Amino acid sequence: MSRTFLGMPATAPRGVGHLRGDEPFPAAARRALADPQLRRNLGHATTTIRARSGAVIRELPDWEQLRAAGSAIKADVLARLPELLEQLEAAVTAAGGTVHWAADAVEANRIVTDLVAATGSDRVMKVKSMATQEIGLNEALAAAGITAVETDLAELIVQLGEDRPSHILVPAIHRNRAEIREIFLRAMPGVDPALTDEPAALAAAARRYLRQTFLTTPVAVSGANFAVAETGTIAVVESEGNGRMCLTLPETLITVMGVEKVVPTWRDLEVFLQLLPRASTGERMNPYTSMWTGVTPGDGPRAFHLVLLDNGRSAVLADRVGRQALHCIRCSACLNVCPVYERTGGHAYGSVYPGPIGAVLSPQLTGVEDNASLPYASSLCGACYDACPVKINIPELLVHLRAAHVAARRRPTAESVAMAAAAYAMDHPAWYAAVQRAARLTRLAGRRGRGLPPPLSGWTIGRDLPEPPAQSFRDWWARR
Amino acid sequence: MSSRDLVLGRLRAALGPDPAAPADVPRDYRPAGGPADVDLLARRLTDYRATVHRCADGEVARVVDEVLGGRRVVVPPGLPRRWLPGTVEAVTDDRLGSARLAAVDGVVTAAAVAVAETGTIVLDGAPDQGRRIITLLPDVHVCVLRADQVVAGLPDAVARLDPRRPLTWISGPSATSDIELDRVEGVHGPRHLHVVILPPGPPS
Repeated sequence: MSRTFLGMPATAPRGVGHLRGDEPFPAAARRALADPQLRRNLGHATTTIRARSGAVIRELPDWEQLRAAGSAIKADVLARLPELLEQLEAAVTAAGGTVHWAADAVEANRIVTDLVAATGSDRVMKVKSMATQEIGLNEALAAAGITAVETDLAELIVQLGEDRPSHILVPAIHRNRAEIREIFLRAMPGVDPALTDEPAALAAAARRYLRQTFLTTPVAVSGANFAVAETGTIAVVESEGNGRMCLTLPETLITVMGVEKVVPTWRDLEVFLQLLPRASTGERMNPYTSMWTGVTPGDGPRAFHLVLLDNGRSAVLADRVGRQALHCIRCSACLNVCPVYERTGGHAYGSVYPGPIGAVLSPQLTGVEDNASLPYASSLCGACYDACPVKINIPELLVHLRAAHVAARRRPTAESVAMAAAAYAMDHPAWYAAVQRAARLTRLAGRRGRGLPPPLSGWTIGRDLPEPPAQSFRDWWARR
Repeated sequence: MSSRDLVLGRLRAALGPDPAAPADVPRDYRPAGGPADVDLLARRLTDYRATVHRCADGEVARVVDEVLGGRRVVVPPGLPRRWLPGTVEAVTDDRLGSARLAAVDGVVTAAAVAVAETGTIVLDGAPDQGRRIITLLPDVHVCVLRADQVVAGLPDAVARLDPRRPLTWISGPSATSDIELDRVEGVHGPRHLHVVILPPGPPS
């Protein structure tokens, strides 16, 4: 953990968690593009969700007003984040909960591991949570001899398939029903060998498999969709009921949330509960939303721990333009409309946060040098901005981060040398005319599309080099 | 330095000595107070595969008999006994263990609020709704609602509810979209949700 400059905003530490990929986006994307099954699965799923989400959003006459309110509430949260967190801490504590602060992934993992160990259980059940994926909690628990059981169906598919999540909402979006059936037959203990690939049958198999885990595991870990500063109320939005199981049945509940998930008032939930389900699963309302404030005697867990996680968020907050990435409510609408995500899938982004929001959030959490290719993983088409329920201007952030990345590179590149030379020539008319004449000579060198020699060849790998005209406009003008 | 001081110090440093003024939140969206349309609630519930019954208070026992007759149900301590037919074996929840609750077939509760626009019922743990666990483990949930508990939209429901109580918002039976992003009903929560809507007003 970096303690060099106490109190200075810090990025997420290396060597822990899942914010950094093993290879740059273009290399990973090229492999994904070569997998036709993956592209079919993604195309089918994103087409389905876009149609459903669009239909329920059109039902609301005030969708744009809700987006504006959601965006403004999040901007207000960021401007007052320290005081809201202190207010949240006081409210949760007053309601019988315990609040912990984690500067980074290492500290959060240690806090949760110690809390689980203190219950005496060697098993913990989990509700799907991006924050715990981000910090690599399951690996940290395993290192301490504690088994983490993922209870969300898609997370279970990923865990049983020894796979990595590829979507914020549906981590197994890259798998189709036939592949899921194979994973269950191979890795789910006690599964019926006659299992079909009907989604209802697959869901029923998960229900049977996890029932005993729910009834016997004394400790659960969840994330949080929202935490209300004024009341200390935590909200978890879900569909299957695995969330209700984990939030209700165990004796001890541990919730890990990024600090930006706080909202100021109870009333603010009237905005986000309208935005999130329609943008996310394309439902008017998700099947189950659980809200709790501290502990309720006789109902639910007897001990509640809330872990407030920084892990790079302070560094994102320090960037006045970049901080709007912290508005994100993890709906994944930007993934579902992104032409790049639809073709490459989530694994290519390396981080647990894929798609357009991942391309702007991950490099800021880690520092842009550790995810340098992600700000370029976009065509800047702007569909993500239109789809975002809290109006994060992702294209603006992508350009901002590209500029930050270029500024961070001190060594001149072939591109920067070429651009500087072009700028000089365009500033000096005589030079410009001479360069144009020289460019015409390259017609003798080769045919169109042949590409440039090194070190400029990188530019023409994916592009045709335009053929210089036989006569420049200036020549034509001078001769008429 | 504690981690609390470290995190708060980092966040204050990130905002700088002159943080942006808190933004005014425009709340131009539809406010609470719209007409509560019970027919819309019924349609939206049906749309998400809940079964809707509309009847008088005196007919609730007949509906419960249709759904759960001959089976074992758990009920919260404050549930009106007149809603239970003689054909069900009713167990009153007295901090029953989870294994016991998992073995019953159904649960009958009242509700706190219902949202017409989204087809949502909300339970708040009052004596006629009980602990959260009793509506979670049984496979059939019959929820009895008075029409005056129906509100138009989310802002109305948030205004009516008390955040200090444990709240469960339920929109249809347990479902998942995790397989090919297609919605399938029936995972871990009750796979069958029946909502009984009574006429407005307190029961006689």
